[in-house]
Amino acid sequence: MTTPDPSTPEPAAPEPSAAGLPDRPKLRLATVWLAGCSGCHMSFLDLDEFLFDLAAVADVVFSPVGIDTKTYPENVDVCLVEGAVANVDNLELARIVRQRTRLVISFGDCAVTANVPGLRNLLASADGSSQQAVLERGYLELADTGAQLPFAPGIVPELLPRVLPLHEVIAVDLFLPGCPPSAQRIKEAIAPLLAGERPVMEGAEMIRFG
Amino acid sequence: MSVITLSVNGKEVAIPEGVSLLEATRAAGVDIPLLCHLDGLEPVGACRLCLVEVEGSNRLMPACTTAASEGMAIHTHTHQLLDYRRMAVELFFAEGNHICAFCVANGNCELQNVAVQVGMDHSRFPYQYPQRVVDASHPLFAIDHNRCILCTRCVRVCDEIEGAHVWDVGSRGSHCHIVAGLDQPWGEVEACTNCGKCVDVCPTGAIFHKEDTTAEKLRHSDRPALLKAARDEHVWRNQ
Repeated sequence: MTTPDPSTPEPAAPEPSAAGLPDRPKLRLATVWLAGCSGCHMSFLDLDEFLFDLAAVADVVFSPVGIDTKTYPENVDVCLVEGAVANVDNLELARIVRQRTRLVISFGDCAVTANVPGLRNLLASADGSSQQAVLERGYLELADTGAQLPFAPGIVPELLPRVLPLHEVIAVDLFLPGCPPSAQRIKEAIAPLLAGERPVMEGAEMIRFG
Repeated sequence: MSVITLSVNGKEVAIPEGVSLLEATRAAGVDIPLLCHLDGLEPVGACRLCLVEVEGSNRLMPACTTAASEGMAIHTHTHQLLDYRRMAVELFFAEGNHICAFCVANGNCELQNVAVQVGMDHSRFPYQYPQRVVDASHPLFAIDHNRCILCTRCVRVCDEIEGAHVWDVGSRGSHCHIVAGLDQPWGEVEACTNCGKCVDVCPTGAIFHKEDTTAEKLRHSDRPALLKAARDEHVWRNQ
C-alpha cells in the first residue's frame, strides 16, 4: 500500500519522428476513467491552451476524452487514472494499466479515497459486501415502477463487494487528490513529468482533498 | 512571575513557569499540528498530533498537556514524529466517513488542513466505513457523527465557556461518540441555550448550522480565546 517501485515496467521504446529520424520520443500519455463522475477529466480539459503545449511533447494514446482507441496500449509512460475501483471492468482495466504503464497517477479523490462511489460501502452487510445491498436500494427500494435487478451477464459488469481506492488494487506511483483537482494542480503535476522530473506534491495547492 | 528556560529543537527559550510545552514551541517559533487543542479551552491531549520527544524520557509527550519545566530539551520534528503524525492523520480519515467533496466544511476544515501539514496525499489504511448517524433534531444546528473526530472541543466549550454542559462522550473504544444531554436527541436537551459555540469550535463539518450546505461552513474557532480573555482579563476585542 506504500509507494511502489515503478521500475518493473519497461520504458517506452523510442519511436521514429515524422522524418524517420530517432528524435527524442514523445511521452506516451493515457487517461482512464473508472468509477468517477468524469469531473477530473473535465478539469483536465480545463487546461485550455496548455493542452497545445502538452500535445507538442506528448501523444495521448488512450483516453475517454482524447482518442477513440478501445484497447489500452503497451508501453505507456504516464497514465492518469480517475475514479475508484467499483466493478470487475474497473479492476481488469486497472490491472492492465499497471502492467503496461511506467508511472500510474491516482487522479482525484475517487481514485485516492474511493470518495462518493465508496459511499455504498456504508450499506455493507455482515460479510462486508455492499454488492447486493446497493443494487436492491437503487433498483428495488427506490424504483417507482418496474422494480427489477439488472441482469445482463457479459454486458453489464458485476459490482465488486466493496469500492476500493486505486492503491488498494494496484501499486500507484503518484497521488493527485482533489474533487476535482484544479487544472492548475494537474498542470503543476504533469509539467515536471514532461521534463523527466518528479513533481513536488506538497502544500494545500497540490494535495488538499475536496 | 518566575521564568524557566528550556530548549526546543536546540533553541533556548524563556517562558513563564507553569505553562505547557506547546507554549514553549510557540516561543521558539515552531509550528506543530494541532487538532483537539484550542486556545481558550482546557487542553486534553486527545488527538496526539502535538506529541514531542523529551530528552531523557522514552515516552512521547503531548505538548498541549505537558507542563514545561526548567532545563527540558524537546524535539518536535524528528523523522519518527513526522511519521507518527502522518499516520495519526491517516487514521483519522480511515476511522470516520470523511467525504470532503460534499462536506459543509470543505475548504474550511482543520482536518483537511492538518492533512496538508503532515503531507498526507492518501491513506495507507483501509477505510472503515463505520455505521454512524446524523442528529438533526435541533431547530438550528445538526451533528453528523460521520465527520466527528472526537476532539471534544464541543464538550469543553459548552462546559467551560457556556456553562451548559450539553455534550459528553459516550461508549468506549471504536464505539465512542459524542452524546447530547443524557444521550438524547439534541433538540430535546433543555440545557442547550442555542448559543452555537459548539458549531464555532468544531474543527470539521460534524457540527454545523442547518442552513449551511457544501463548503459553506465558516470557521470561528478563535471565539473561545476572545471570550476567555474578556472574562478573565477584561480585555475586549476592541481594546
